[in-house]
Amino acid sequence: MKILLVDDEYELVSTLAERLSIRGIDADWATSGKDALAKLAETNYDLAVLDIKMPKLSGLELRKQIQTIQPNMRYIFMTGHGSAEDFFSASSEEGADAYLVKPVNIDDLITKIHESLARQALGASGPIEQ
Amino acid sequence: MHAEWEIVGKEGLIFFGKMSASISHEIKNILAIINENAGLLNDFTIMAEKGVPIAPERLKTISTKIAEQVKRADLIVKNMNLFAHSVDEQIQTITLHDLIEVVIKLSLRFAANRGVHLSQQPAVSPVHITSAPFLLQNLIWLCLDKTMDQVGIKKTVSIIAKSVHNGVMIKFAYAGTIGEKSVTFPSEQTAALLMLLKAELEINDEAGELILHLPASLVA
Repeated sequence: MKILLVDDEYELVSTLAERLSIRGIDADWATSGKDALAKLAETNYDLAVLDIKMPKLSGLELRKQIQTIQPNMRYIFMTGHGSAEDFFSASSEEGADAYLVKPVNIDDLITKIHESLARQALGASGPIEQ
Repeated sequence: MHAEWEIVGKEGLIFFGKMSASISHEIKNILAIINENAGLLNDFTIMAEKGVPIAPERLKTISTKIAEQVKRADLIVKNMNLFAHSVDEQIQTITLHDLIEVVIKLSLRFAANRGVHLSQQPAVSPVHITSAPFLLQNLIWLCLDKTMDQVGIKKTVSIIAKSVHNGVMIKFAYAGTIGEKSVTFPSEQTAALLMLLKAELEINDEAGELILHLPASLVA
């Protein structure tokens, strides 16, 4: 299992990746859509955890670009807002399995990662679950 | 005049809401960083309990990161407080540089989203103005918002405030083009603020500058 975390807050994404690594999850991270696309060009990932609100390239826009590079990837979105608008934007995205509000609980994130990858293994798609 | 007050009242709430949402987003991010670092500290504690050696330097780095985020939050809340108090009295005598600094800091997220850098040139001498601070912040934000949209290739909006013989001027240098006969700017809201603040707007597309001319005192 290999996942990519993308958030424009360096301190957040790097620490989250380290905590996932401690729990045996191979996690890379990027602080912009551009960095993420560069990593995706070199490495195959099973799942991406994307911040929705990022400068220049939002998480939702980034997902559309990733889809053309790695079409089978699953997604978990995270946001600081937790607004209904964000939820509906994220939940309508194809391949989106979960939507988490910051601060994220690491155990919740890991549960969502496993659930998402189980869905991938079953070839499932459809609406996300909360 | 009544119509202008109605416009700025409604739009002022939108401005206040926009800034508050941006501040809350920033604070959420800071809390998320503190949350992860506290979690990492807990992870290390559990590992140490299991006999895994943890270098003290790692713990020191985490505590430094938490302290940095607390400092970052403190600055944000300080600006939020200054912004909130700008409605205490409708007319106040203020240092223009400080007021612009608050608007710039509140606008940093909006600037980052557009890849624009904001800066304020230091004033040669303090510029004081007696005006309506909340309305003035709203007007400065609208000018910033517009110039950030039209910014030139350097992607920088530089602001300078200075006293002139008949009042005060605030110059937004953005090295871009708005169009002197733009149909969208100044908007109805901007026009209402200009009227209530007795201000004038000058767009100099050749120089890539937008200039606000304001009276030194609104009550004079």
